[in-house]
Amino acid sequence: MANLATNFIGIKSPNPFWLASAPPTDKEYNVRRAYEAGWGGVVWKTLGAEGPPVVNVNGPRYGAVWGADRRLLGLNNIELITDRPLEVNLREIKSVKRDYPDRALIVSLMVPCDEESWKAILAHVEDTGADGVELNFGCPHGMAERGMGSAVGQVPEYIEMVTRWVKQHSRMPCIVKLTPNITDIRKPAEAAKRGGADAVSLINTINSITAVNLDTFSPEPMIDGKGTHGGYCGPAVKPIALNMVAEIARSPETHGLPISGIGGVTTWRDAAEFMALGAGSVQVCTAAMTYGFKVVQEMISGLSQWMDEKGITSVDEVVGRAVPNVTDWQYLNLNYVTKARIDQDLCIKCGRCYAACEDTSHQAIAMNPGRVFEVKDDECVACNLCVNVCPVEDCITMERLIPGSVDPRTGRVVEVAVADWTQHPNNPMARAAE
Amino acid sequence: MTNSQLTPGVVPGRLPADVIASNFADVEPPLDQHEALVAADRCYFCHDAPCMTACPTTIDIPLFIRQIATGTPEAAARTILGQNILGGMCARVCPTEQLCEEACVREAAEGKPVEIGRLQRYATDRMMARGVHPFTRAAPTGKRVAVVGAGPAGLSCAHRLAMKGHDVTLYDARPKPGGLNEYGIAAYKSTGNFAQEEVAWLLAIGGIVVKNGMALGRDIDLDMLREEHDAVFLGVGLAGVNALRVEGEEKEEVTNAVDYIATLRQADDKSVLPVGRDVVVIGGGMTAVDVAVQSKLLGAENVTIVYRRGQERMSASRYEQEHALSTGVRIICNAAPLRVIGNGAVREVEFAYTHDSGGGLSIGNETFRLKADQLFKAIGQTLEGGAEGLAIEGSKIAVTGAGRTTLAGVWAGGDCAQGGNDLTVTAVAEGRDAAEDIHATLMA
Repeated sequence: MANLATNFIGIKSPNPFWLASAPPTDKEYNVRRAYEAGWGGVVWKTLGAEGPPVVNVNGPRYGAVWGADRRLLGLNNIELITDRPLEVNLREIKSVKRDYPDRALIVSLMVPCDEESWKAILAHVEDTGADGVELNFGCPHGMAERGMGSAVGQVPEYIEMVTRWVKQHSRMPCIVKLTPNITDIRKPAEAAKRGGADAVSLINTINSITAVNLDTFSPEPMIDGKGTHGGYCGPAVKPIALNMVAEIARSPETHGLPISGIGGVTTWRDAAEFMALGAGSVQVCTAAMTYGFKVVQEMISGLSQWMDEKGITSVDEVVGRAVPNVTDWQYLNLNYVTKARIDQDLCIKCGRCYAACEDTSHQAIAMNPGRVFEVKDDECVACNLCVNVCPVEDCITMERLIPGSVDPRTGRVVEVAVADWTQHPNNPMARAAE
Repeated sequence: MTNSQLTPGVVPGRLPADVIASNFADVEPPLDQHEALVAADRCYFCHDAPCMTACPTTIDIPLFIRQIATGTPEAAARTILGQNILGGMCARVCPTEQLCEEACVREAAEGKPVEIGRLQRYATDRMMARGVHPFTRAAPTGKRVAVVGAGPAGLSCAHRLAMKGHDVTLYDARPKPGGLNEYGIAAYKSTGNFAQEEVAWLLAIGGIVVKNGMALGRDIDLDMLREEHDAVFLGVGLAGVNALRVEGEEKEEVTNAVDYIATLRQADDKSVLPVGRDVVVIGGGMTAVDVAVQSKLLGAENVTIVYRRGQERMSASRYEQEHALSTGVRIICNAAPLRVIGNGAVREVEFAYTHDSGGGLSIGNETFRLKADQLFKAIGQTLEGGAEGLAIEGSKIAVTGAGRTTLAGVWAGGDCAQGGNDLTVTAVAEGRDAAEDIHATLMA
C-alpha cells in the first residue's frame, strides 16, 4: 500500500488529510475523535486575542445549497472564530498534542493588526507544543468588519506585515490562509511569501448569500428577519479553489511555495486533484460536517489505491504533477481538433444532448428516427456541452481527429504541428511560427 | 357461524373483517412530500420525452415532474389535467409499466423508471385536496351537446365541451356516474370514494347536467338526442358480456366477472361478500386478473385463471399477471373450457388443452378438471343496443378521425368505438379529442 506519510513544511502527518480550521476543530473532544477516525492533521479553530471571547449569533449559522436528492453542494456560515476562552483552547491543544505526537496540529490565529497582539498570542501557542500556526486572513464575515480576517487578506501589504511579525516572534512554521474574495489570488500569495511565510493555505470561504426566503424576503440564513453574507464552502467551490491553487503553483513569483489546498474536498479524488495542482496537504471541513469524521477512511483507502495503481509510492510524487499542464489560453493548441462521439449502445435516448446542442450551441446533433442521436461532424465545434449534459458516463466522448484528416466543419486538413493563438494570422500580435 | 378459507361453497367472511379491509387498502400508497421530491429528482427532463409520446393523453410529464420538484405540485396538476381531466384516476389505474414508465429512459438505463404514475397521483391529489377546479368555461356558445355514458370517455368529452362554452347533458344508464371508474376498477386501485369525488370535482366546471338511469336504447334513443342537440357523443362502453357457449354455463355460481367486480366496488364492507373456496376464472385480460385477485383477497383458498392461449397473448399486462401470482393466484394457459359440471351449482369445470398454431386455435384431446364452487367468465364485453343506424366495424362503432361516426353530428369514443385499447387513459384521450372536433365543427 502506498505510503501516505506527509511532510509539509516540516510538519509531519500520517496522511495529507487535515481538518480545516472550523467548527469541527473547535475543541479537544472533537479533535481527539477526529484523530481516532484517522485524520492526519487538524488546524484548530481560530483563536482570538486574550480577553472576553467573541460572541456568535443565537439563530442559524449555516445556509445551504442542495443538489438532487438534497445532496449538500454548498454550505455557508456566519460563525465567528472560537467563542471559548483562550486559556481553555490552549490547555486542550497542549493535551491533545501530547497524546497524538504523530499527528499534525496547527493552530489558526486571528488577532488585531498590531504587533503586540500577535507577539502575545504566539508565545502562548508555542507553549502548547503545536506544530505550527495558520494566520486566518480569510474569514469574510463578522471579523472582517473589525479589521481582521479577510480585511487583512484583501490588502497584500498587511499580509506581508503581519507575516513578518509572526516569523520574527516565533520559530513555528507559518501558513498564511488566503481569502478568495480578491481579484488576483497571486498578489496576497506573493505578499505572504515576501513576509516570510512557509506556506499558504487556500481558499477560505467565499462571500455569499445562499438563498432568499420568498415569504419573509430575507436572505438565508436569516436572523430575526435579516441576513448577512456568509462564507461559502463545500463541493460547489472546488473549481474556484483549484484554479486559485494552480495560479499560485504556476506563477513564477510563487512557484514552489508550499500550498495547503482547501475548498470542497469531499473524496480522495478531490484531494488528489488539489495535490496534483500543487497542494502538499489538503484541508477538509464541509465533507466532515456533512458525513462525519469517518469520511477520511474513504479518502485514505481511495488515495492509496489510486497511487498503487499508478505506481506512485509517495505523496511527494503527486504534488504539483499537473502544474506544468496548466497554461494560458493563448498557448492552447488550435490544431487539436476533436468531435463528439455518441456510443449508441450506451445511449438511453433522453435527448438532452440534442436539446443542449440544438437550442444553445451549434446545431450539431441530429435526432434521427427512433431517437437515434448522431453528431454532425460538419457542425460540431467540439464544445463538450453534450458530454456535460449526458446523464450516462462515457456515452458521449470527445475523439481527436487524426492529423492529416480533413475537419468536415472547416474543410481544412488537421495539421500535425502545434499551433496556438500566438501564431494565428487573426492575432494582430501574432509571432511567426518558429 | 364463522367461515374460513376452507368452508365449502360460496360464503362471505372467509377472512376476519379487518384482514379483508386491509387487503383492499390502497395497493400502492400515495407518495408523501419527501418521497415525491426524491422520485421527482430522478427525472432527466428529456427532450421530446419518450414518456410523453407513450402517454395516450400526451401529458407533458417532464414538465409536471419538474413542477413537483420545484415545489409547485398544483402547477404540476394543471399540466396533467389540461391534457387528461381524469389524471387522478389514470394515476391509479394506468398500466404505466407498459406506457410512460416503460418508455422512461431510466428504465433503459437502470431498469428502474421514474415513478411517473405515483408522481401524477401526488400532484393531482394535492390539487383535489384543495378543492380547486383549475379550469373555467369560455363564453356560452348556445350550443347543446348530448354525451351518452358518464365513463372516462364521456366525462372527458363533457368536460372539454363545457370548457369550450357548450351546454352538455350527460346521460348514464347506471345510478351513479363514473362508468368503469365507479363500477369496474379493482377496489384496491381506487380506494375510498375516489371515483365519485373525482366526478364531483370534474363537474365543478359547470355547464354539465348529469342524468343517471338513462340507458341508450331503453330510455333515450339516438334520433331523439340528435333532434334535441347540436351534437351527440357516444361513450357507452361495452355493456354486454360474451358467453362461454359451453355445456352447463347456466348453472348457479357461474357469474360474469364484470358484475361481480361492480358489486365488489359498491360494497362498503367487503367482508359480507360471498366468495367461493375454489374459484376458477376464465379469460386472460385485466378483468380476469381483477376478479381473480379480489377473490383471493376475500379469502378464496384456490383461485385459478384459465386462459385458452399462451401467456404471451394474455392482454393483462405482465405487471398485472405478476401481481396476481404474488397474491397466490394460479395461471393456467393453453386450456379452453369444455363443460361446467355440477348438480345445480357448479362443482367442477372441465378443460381441454389447446394448440395455437398461429392460424387458429385447436382443441386437443387431453382434458383435466378443476374443482370450482364459483366460476367467473371474463372473456370480453360487447356493444349493446342503441347504436342502430351507425356502421359497425369489428363489433364496435366505426369511427374516423377524432371519433366521427358514419352519422353526421354523432361522435363516439372509448371502449364502444373502433380502435383504442380498452384503457381508461385512451378513453379519456378519445373523449377529449372528440370534444375538440365537435367544437370545431359546431363553431365552423
